[in-house]
Amino acid sequence: MKKVGNPNSISRVLLFSLAFVLTFSIQIFAQEAAAPAAEPAAAAPVAAAASGDAAAGKALFNAQCAACHKLDAKMTGPALRGVGDKYEKEWLYKWIRNSADLIKSGDERANKIFNEFNQSPMTAFPQLSNADIDNIIAYTMEPIPAPVVDVAAVPGGKVEGGGISNEVILGALALVLAMLVVMLFLVNNVLSKIAKANGIEAIQKEKSLPIWKAFAKNQFLVLVTVIFLLLSSAYFAYGWFMQIGVDQNYEPIQPIHYSHRIHAGDNGIDCKYCHSSARESKHSGIPSLNVCMNCHKNISEVAESTLAEGKEYGVDYNIEIQKLYDAVGWDKANQKYTGKTQPVKWVRIHNLPDLVYFNHAQHVTVGGIECQTCHGPVEEYEYQKQFAPLTMGWCINCHRETDVKLQDNDYYKKIHEELSKKYGVDKLTAAQMGGLECGKCHY
Amino acid sequence: MSSNKKYWKSVEELNDKSSIVETLRNNEFVEPIPTDEFLGDKDSLSNSSTSRRDFLKYVGFSTAAASLAACEGPVIKSIPYVVQPEQIIPGIADYYATTMFDGFDFANILVKTREGRPIKIENNTIEGATFSANARVHASVLSMYDNMRLKQPKMNQKDTSWSEVDAKVKASLADAKATGSQVVLLTGTLASPSTDKLIAEFITNNPSAKHVIYDAVSSSEALDAFEAVYGERALAEYDFSKASTIVSVGADFLGDWQGGGYDKGYAQGRVPKQGKMSKHIQLEANMTLSGAAADKRIPMSTAEQKLALVKIFSLVTGSPVSVGKLANDAEITKIAEQLNQSGSKGVLVSGIDDKNAQMLVLAINAKLNSEAFNPNQTRQIRKGSNQAVAQLVADLNAGKVHTLIMGGVNPVYTLADRKAFADGLKKAKLSVAISLKEDETASLTTIAAPAPHYLESWGDVEIIKGTYGVTQPTIRPLFNSRQLQDNLLVWNGSDKTYYDYLKETWSTGILSGKTWNQAIHDGIFVSATASTNVAGNADYSSAASALAQAKSSPFELNLYTKTGMGDGQQANNPWLQEFPDPITRVSWDNYLTISKADAEKIGAQNEIVANGGLNGSYVTVTVGNTKLEKVPVIIQPGQAKGTVGLAFGYGKKAALKDAMQVGVNAYALYKGFNATQTVSITLEDGEHEFASVQSQKTLMGRGDIIKETTLTIFNTEKDAKKWNPPPMVSIDHKPIEATKVDLWDSFDRSVGHHFNLSIDLNSCTGCGACVIACHAENNVPVVGKSEVRRSRDMHWLRIDRYYSSEDTFAEDVKRKEEFDGLFGEKGSLGGFGEMESPAENPQVVFQPVMCQHCNHAPCETVCPVAATSHSRQGQNHMAYNRCVGTRYCANNCPYKVRRFNWFLYNKNNEFDFHMNDDLGRMVLNPDVNVRSRGVMEKCSMCIQMTQATILKAKKEGRPVSKDEFQTACSNACSTGAMVFGDVNDKESEVAKLVEDDRMYHLLEHVGTKPNVFYHVKVRNT
Repeated sequence: MKKVGNPNSISRVLLFSLAFVLTFSIQIFAQEAAAPAAEPAAAAPVAAAASGDAAAGKALFNAQCAACHKLDAKMTGPALRGVGDKYEKEWLYKWIRNSADLIKSGDERANKIFNEFNQSPMTAFPQLSNADIDNIIAYTMEPIPAPVVDVAAVPGGKVEGGGISNEVILGALALVLAMLVVMLFLVNNVLSKIAKANGIEAIQKEKSLPIWKAFAKNQFLVLVTVIFLLLSSAYFAYGWFMQIGVDQNYEPIQPIHYSHRIHAGDNGIDCKYCHSSARESKHSGIPSLNVCMNCHKNISEVAESTLAEGKEYGVDYNIEIQKLYDAVGWDKANQKYTGKTQPVKWVRIHNLPDLVYFNHAQHVTVGGIECQTCHGPVEEYEYQKQFAPLTMGWCINCHRETDVKLQDNDYYKKIHEELSKKYGVDKLTAAQMGGLECGKCHY
Repeated sequence: MSSNKKYWKSVEELNDKSSIVETLRNNEFVEPIPTDEFLGDKDSLSNSSTSRRDFLKYVGFSTAAASLAACEGPVIKSIPYVVQPEQIIPGIADYYATTMFDGFDFANILVKTREGRPIKIENNTIEGATFSANARVHASVLSMYDNMRLKQPKMNQKDTSWSEVDAKVKASLADAKATGSQVVLLTGTLASPSTDKLIAEFITNNPSAKHVIYDAVSSSEALDAFEAVYGERALAEYDFSKASTIVSVGADFLGDWQGGGYDKGYAQGRVPKQGKMSKHIQLEANMTLSGAAADKRIPMSTAEQKLALVKIFSLVTGSPVSVGKLANDAEITKIAEQLNQSGSKGVLVSGIDDKNAQMLVLAINAKLNSEAFNPNQTRQIRKGSNQAVAQLVADLNAGKVHTLIMGGVNPVYTLADRKAFADGLKKAKLSVAISLKEDETASLTTIAAPAPHYLESWGDVEIIKGTYGVTQPTIRPLFNSRQLQDNLLVWNGSDKTYYDYLKETWSTGILSGKTWNQAIHDGIFVSATASTNVAGNADYSSAASALAQAKSSPFELNLYTKTGMGDGQQANNPWLQEFPDPITRVSWDNYLTISKADAEKIGAQNEIVANGGLNGSYVTVTVGNTKLEKVPVIIQPGQAKGTVGLAFGYGKKAALKDAMQVGVNAYALYKGFNATQTVSITLEDGEHEFASVQSQKTLMGRGDIIKETTLTIFNTEKDAKKWNPPPMVSIDHKPIEATKVDLWDSFDRSVGHHFNLSIDLNSCTGCGACVIACHAENNVPVVGKSEVRRSRDMHWLRIDRYYSSEDTFAEDVKRKEEFDGLFGEKGSLGGFGEMESPAENPQVVFQPVMCQHCNHAPCETVCPVAATSHSRQGQNHMAYNRCVGTRYCANNCPYKVRRFNWFLYNKNNEFDFHMNDDLGRMVLNPDVNVRSRGVMEKCSMCIQMTQATILKAKKEGRPVSKDEFQTACSNACSTGAMVFGDVNDKESEVAKLVEDDRMYHLLEHVGTKPNVFYHVKVRNT
């Protein structure tokens, strides 16, 4: 009896955990409830503010203006929120359709804004009608929406967690299971007590040897077990030793968090856009920061939804972009390079030892192998990690199985003809081309 | 029944009363064990808190911790560019064309850079770029990463800034101008049109200034002679490919004579084509590369050479000059006849430091109307004037020099009378040394200003008149340095940079029909304007009669420059120090070369000691009142009797790592800039330990290692098997060609690439450029003098040098074959002993040997771990990470080309060379592994280069083009002796060479079927 302990305490834990689960589900509903409440509040002033259609304006803004303008921050051009208040409509029509003419005509305000933004001329948009421009202005006149995330966060109170993770659910299930086991034990105890009370005697087995003594007596069994134990420990020891120096799933924290999921996955940027030297060189190359700035000159902060996604991973993307700006020396406010740079010390993930020669160009350009074959589903990785074991066996195996891409490469033409005659096959694996020779990778 | 026998250990035991027996019984050891002595004194032991058990605990813990820590991989950081330069792709090499000229060596080169750092020198092969890199130029890339360079301007040995230097120099120049006192700009030969212009401007600004040009190793006499005849202070150019008879009187034109660079043209005429090849006769005192290559070599002292020259002059030009009786009168007369017969196809050159001799050379070539002699396109790379330098030293000591500015010279080391110069230097108001190093001179001057290496500088060089080379930087200056020209611009008060000045000079004065950018891209610009030098009236006959007065001295010293060290500028370069001299095969030293007869006379010896090292006696060499003590002696076959030789460039101390401070300074004996001096030699006590890489000097009549024939046999005997006999073996008592017998099944090698390397023994001059190129390409470690002495040198490519033990190699073979029995006149027992010593004036042959990449490799079959294996492409692979260091392979290699890493040669303070130095390691090739201790290594046939060539073709989707494959050695070979390629590509040059009648394999009878082959040497005797 003593062993069972106090059943009350277990049920108490269970209750607590249920309560815990419930708290979070309430929070989720609270978020959902808060969002629609905010929308009508924001929508109300729109109708009153402008004659244009803000929704149509938003579409136009994103298509035509967003490359150089933001609503609330300077970019290549000025921030546009409330632009309708600063300038009269007729002036804006002229400016948008052909700003160069307006500047030439000597318009004072036009020249002022032109000079303020480094004399970079604004693209002319003669295709926009007055109505279109009205719509865009209507969109720019929308007031700043209240930050949605804050609304949700305040009633919740607790920031930690932020949702029910799988672990919590699993934990709860495990508790339920444990409770069931305990209950089974209790029931069994109760039943046997009742049986005892009712005088029903369970058939007593003969006192047999305790099992461990019986086991110790059976020498054959002992021998087999020892051999089994030795073999299995050797197996595991071998396995453990063989993983030394193999850094599969190595996932270091980088000085700037970079999400391949967003870049390669959501935005579908080609791997070789950034890792351009993979086409030419043995190194895939960590892109230099000027490559980042090709896009991030314009993308200084991420969308609300992306930011929320980042919260799930514990990352604030905007802070990370700021880190990039600090490293490359980009002054966001003035849209200028300061010249103060700080090279980023990335942590190298794929570390082949010095004794191995590996060439990306051979595999990427010549072999036409997808990056994902060796690097895994990078487009899904929030944190980049080493997908493949990068062991020699792994390399060799692929060389044995993979056919060489012979088509449209005149280099292989003659060699292919002769080799396929020799081996009597049409396709050739890398191994048949000599891809297993030591010196091909070790020199 | 036990026996009553008593056993006793000593007689003492029989004496019952002996105390010794009693003592021994009680004490196990006769004397107390001195435990305290090796454990420390008792007191400190007992006071120590660390007990023995604690100690063991610590040992156990640290071992466990170390092994645990080893399981965790290190975190490796990668730092990309912030803004990546457009032309740089990490992992892809960039090549920049530039021109090397350091006042001594020059070459048109391509610099291979990786990620912005130069790592290798290659030859620029663009049309017009004629000067290939020699061993020193190949090694010069490492001299840039020299940690002993001057890194910061210094004033009075204290660090200072450039602005302070400028202020000081400008003030001094102004003072000199005001007082009208002398300003001297002392430089080496610059051969730079833009710098000449700049210096002219400097002299205009400072009217009291003059420019003195000083060459450490002077060609002043030859310059004077050419000036006397042709009116231009320059050197005549020669093209030996146009000559059929080449006579050299003491000119090592395959070495550093007139700056060198003649080997390419020479080699063209030395490969028999349509039954013809040039004939080369060499009269010389020291054994040189040219003498080794000659068909006929007559050893004679410089004094005798002078007389011979006069004799040839009188016979060629027909002017009667009386010369005393010569020892080799008949031979000299024959040489003159041969020259006369060859007419315009003949050429004569001389390296005698004598204006009269040089005038006679000009006269002879003019008389022959020699096609090889070119007085129009003159060499501009030597301009130094002996008189001007002597005047400067006198002026300095007289206190006449107010300001002395030196650029790229080190007179305190290179002048014979360094003390006079050093004393005079103190009398100058201001002395400035613009120098790469804080060398002997720069450490004595007021200001030591760091100069950039040529790989960090802009510049232009007019090597040959009308041919302009551009020098462009390939890396940002590593240190706070400023080049001479930039200094002069600042001190001239100009705000231009030298780059702007250079560009302006070129755009306005030099370039025509080519843009500046194009000129930089090519590294060279050839001007269309030709000039003609017409011989004036020179008094040849009085020159000849003056020369005929030359008197022999009992001992004549001939100073020379070694292939490895040159004038000694790169003495801190470990590659060059470890480079074995092609003739003596000794590295890390200079020495007195002496003939065997003279050595016996003075009692000097060379011997191989028990550990296989070479030892030599010491002597004292005295010239006038200058003594050079402790000069080691090397007995040199072929050294003219009564002469000795000593190389420049050694014995340097300043700004040198300890290991590099080797040899003696021969400049001390270079009196009056004359390389020939009268000396007396006395034997000293003690023996010098040399680091020689080859102790077997002769071939012992093994004609199958180096096959030779004569031009006559080569031309007349159509059956090549007569002069290139295949080795025979016996099967079933029938002779059969060794190549037709095999223990192994051969693989089909007809598919894909099959690499072969061809080495033509006719065009190999032994210059050693390939050895250094191999060092640079393959990260071959430097092991140091004591390790080389233990035969642990790591050179992947060695150039074996053999002497004949009879007068010719053919006689060696004949003698060996005629051996009969063990004893007697033809007995092999004594005979082989005699054949071990080379002849007095032997024939010499060079044979580059690297891994032969045998198709049936003996090394592969004995490796217990399969670390070395064969590839389909013909290369013998070596997987270092697999090697466990049993060294079976090295023992089973018949060519002895495998090298074992006895130690860790990188990041090891015991081997303080470039790999123990953050800066020095920058030169390492990132595509080749740096090997660790306990690993065997060898030539890989530059597999990283062949694989890169294949990949390039694959990326571009095309077959590899003909002769695209290269190795470091074949790339570096300027004579075309080494040709590499794919024999399965029937169009390639190597595929044709492998079919040639002259082709043979080294040790063919072993049946290794190598992929390196040689071409029979043909001598035009």
